[in-house]
Amino acid sequence: MSPRLLIAGFVLLLLVAPHLVSEFHVTLLNYIGLYSIVAVGLVLLTGVGGLMSFGQAAFVGLGGYATAYLTTATSLPAWLAMFGGSPWMGLLAGIILTATVALLLGLLTLRLSGHYLPLGTIAWSISLYFLFGNLEFLGGHTGIAGIPALDLFGLPLKDSRKFYYLIWVVVLLAVWLTINLLDSREGRAIRALKGGAIMAEAMGVDTARSKLVIFLIAALFGCISGWLYAHLQRFVNPTPFSLNMSIEYLFMAVLGGAAHVWGAVLGAGVITVLKQWLQDWLPKLLGASGNFEMIVFGLLMIFVLQRARDGLWPILARWVPWQGAQRRVAEAAALPRKSLPEAGTVLLEARNVVKRFGGLVANNNMNLSVRAGEIMALIGPNGAGKSTMFNCVSGVDRATDGEVLFCGRAVTRLDSREIARLGMSRTFQHVRLLPTMSVLENAAIGAHMRGSKGVIQALLHLERTEERQLLVEAARQVERVGLGGSMFEAAGSLALGQQRTLEIARALCADPCLLLLDEPAAGLRYMEKQALAELLRKLRGEGMGILLVEHDMDFVMGLADRVVVMEFGEKIAEGLPEEVQRNPAVIEAYLGGVE
Amino acid sequence: MDLQIALLLGQDGITNGAIYALLSLALVLVFAVTRVIFIPQGEFVAYGALTLASFQAGKLPGTLWLLVGVGIAVAMVDLMAAVRARQRRRIPRIIGWNLVYPALAAGLIFALNPAELPLLAQILLSLILVVPLGPMIYRLAFQPLAEASVLVLLIVAVGVHFAMVGLGLLFFGAEGSRTPAFSDGSLSLGSLTVNAQTLWVLGSSLCLIVVLAYFFERTIYGKALRATAMNRTGARLMGISTVMAGKLSFLLASLIGAFSGILIAPITTVYYDTGFLIGLKGFVGAIVGALSSYPLAALGALLVGLLEAFSSFWASAFKEVIVFTLIIPVLVWLSLTTHHVEEEE
Repeated sequence: MSPRLLIAGFVLLLLVAPHLVSEFHVTLLNYIGLYSIVAVGLVLLTGVGGLMSFGQAAFVGLGGYATAYLTTATSLPAWLAMFGGSPWMGLLAGIILTATVALLLGLLTLRLSGHYLPLGTIAWSISLYFLFGNLEFLGGHTGIAGIPALDLFGLPLKDSRKFYYLIWVVVLLAVWLTINLLDSREGRAIRALKGGAIMAEAMGVDTARSKLVIFLIAALFGCISGWLYAHLQRFVNPTPFSLNMSIEYLFMAVLGGAAHVWGAVLGAGVITVLKQWLQDWLPKLLGASGNFEMIVFGLLMIFVLQRARDGLWPILARWVPWQGAQRRVAEAAALPRKSLPEAGTVLLEARNVVKRFGGLVANNNMNLSVRAGEIMALIGPNGAGKSTMFNCVSGVDRATDGEVLFCGRAVTRLDSREIARLGMSRTFQHVRLLPTMSVLENAAIGAHMRGSKGVIQALLHLERTEERQLLVEAARQVERVGLGGSMFEAAGSLALGQQRTLEIARALCADPCLLLLDEPAAGLRYMEKQALAELLRKLRGEGMGILLVEHDMDFVMGLADRVVVMEFGEKIAEGLPEEVQRNPAVIEAYLGGVE
Repeated sequence: MDLQIALLLGQDGITNGAIYALLSLALVLVFAVTRVIFIPQGEFVAYGALTLASFQAGKLPGTLWLLVGVGIAVAMVDLMAAVRARQRRRIPRIIGWNLVYPALAAGLIFALNPAELPLLAQILLSLILVVPLGPMIYRLAFQPLAEASVLVLLIVAVGVHFAMVGLGLLFFGAEGSRTPAFSDGSLSLGSLTVNAQTLWVLGSSLCLIVVLAYFFERTIYGKALRATAMNRTGARLMGISTVMAGKLSFLLASLIGAFSGILIAPITTVYYDTGFLIGLKGFVGAIVGALSSYPLAALGALLVGLLEAFSSFWASAFKEVIVFTLIIPVLVWLSLTTHHVEEEE
């Protein structure tokens, strides 16, 4: 059975459902739909992006209150008058308001480490709740009544069966947009946020921007759900927008399967029905009235996270015999390439680079240069400071002192993202792949900078030509490094040596003029090393500069044009491979001195 | 506003601030040691206060049944683990702490008539019931996920918070309670009258802070906790059990929470869900300390208390809004001083 058929079946079921069930159940389905919209946003934010917000109900509240106030107020202040009277203008105002708040909150918290967003949104959510309840023009704790019904192309949506269709069209739209976004260049950047931020930055992704984008989308989904809610209920008060509701939204996303878009709909359904059921039964069972379903929800969450952290969706999905996902790369025109500098031009120059970690000097007055069309090897015993040097040069870390020039520009103070844009691309010693994404998609992250289509185009899938080009380029590099056979497998299933090779493919996707490879041959078999050496020679022949950290001396000495040797953070030798091999200081560093 | 009112508000602010300071210390401790953002901290405040109130009203507090129930659950989980790992030696300890201790506590409460005991004994009984819940909850909810991401731990913390608030409602009902002051009377300092409970709060908070400082600086367990906070793997390699560190930090957190609840119960009416807001104000303090500095967190919490007191005078309806908006300038400052891409765990 194909996913398409399943979705068609689901949509058909949605179409006929209101004619088959009672009024009460239509209302329940309406609520499931409203909650699903919010939960889809949370899947994007929390499940995929790894960010957490306790402010979703407050965003729903902004959407609801904006339209409630604007459509019912009898005298609006002059600057708001243009928004008055119409639910559609209410929606627009809600969206503007929500976007502004989300942008501000995001800018404040998203640069900090992950736990400031949840704490910041808790505070914001409580503040807003008390504001709703205490502002006179919003009706205080009694709220605002008499909100007009929606009018869709002259058809008033007064009863809940008609409203049902509007809600579920919006749900399906939200799901469609989110799935589209995730399956795109921007989507790969978003999927890299959880556990791959450093790598993504080194591939030119502005991770802060990606975070802001998903926070904004999640907030806007909330706002739209709130707008629908206000016109369905025709009444708003602060209660449904409290922090507790935000927490329930989060539970929906987690229970459904935080990383699966359809899981949001599932989670919203399960929690809503369960809540209804528990609210009927628990008070009878316990002989007291109150929100005792909280106890069950709380325990359920602990249980789910301990036993089935991916939620219900993957468990359900296992029962459906999917036909395998697409396993073919479409054809597309090749991406334009940058012209490489002439062989022999100095690409990279590090001058007196010093890096201190507290009292430890990891790099002391390091100098090295790499020219176009040469392979420069950086060798030295373990702990000599080679990887630190790599990080300083590529902007992953910042040198304490000294200067790094790349293509004639000072890049010492630049972020890795900006350096990557100038044409430097790197691999990591400790492999930084996204293990659940396919080999092809991992490589495609490297091509991020070569695409230009943004989030809006991705949401609507208007960037398919460029997307095909990026994937074709990624496939070309994957084949070039010899992984063509595992193109569609999860990157985490590769052997470690192959994962390193995939890192090279990803770096090559960026079309760099300088390639930084941190121990690329570690974990490779003899024949694989031969093939890798062959590839590097070919790249050198094309005019690329390569800086290589490696332990395998046979590999290095047969390949490198020049060698720099480090020990205890300092350079102890530099020269041609055969000179370095004869250098007594190097021999002592590697083999120990002769007493 | 005249000086008299300002002094009164200042006194209120410092009293509440002292409580928030205690809570913020516990939050920083738990986060540093276990990476758990301990949302349910405030529930211990409510449990402590309401358990004491139940004793005084001559009722049997629901927390007793909770202790017995959670004890049985922990015993089952631990016994299964011990049998599976063939560590028979651990069995007596497991039974002792999780089955015998709650049974003894229950026996003690049934044997004595808590309503007629002196206040100090009632307080002790309350602590006996509420404090062990901390490490037990760590065992059940957090220990199996000790290596999970901060995000997952946070969702679990929220789950625990939900369950504890719901149980609080079940145990103590929707009505709030207030306990009588520890001692009557007040102290006159010039034109300022300081009431006795304020002195109790300040004195006890100060004592607790001094004891904690001694514990962390001078005792082997305190040092073990600090080591775990600095480097979990390193601490484990040195033979410090991270499970022990986790339970100990939760024990301190539940002790601080329950004790704070007992301290404020005479000042403010405590409801089953009051703890949450109180705990969150501790969080605002902790955020001022960037979740890592104890003195800054305590200062931040005092600031929260003062801000709350003064805004309740000028704009009482917007008191909470003002307090929670305090974190915005702090976040601005933090985000301007931090600039690097961090890998989320």
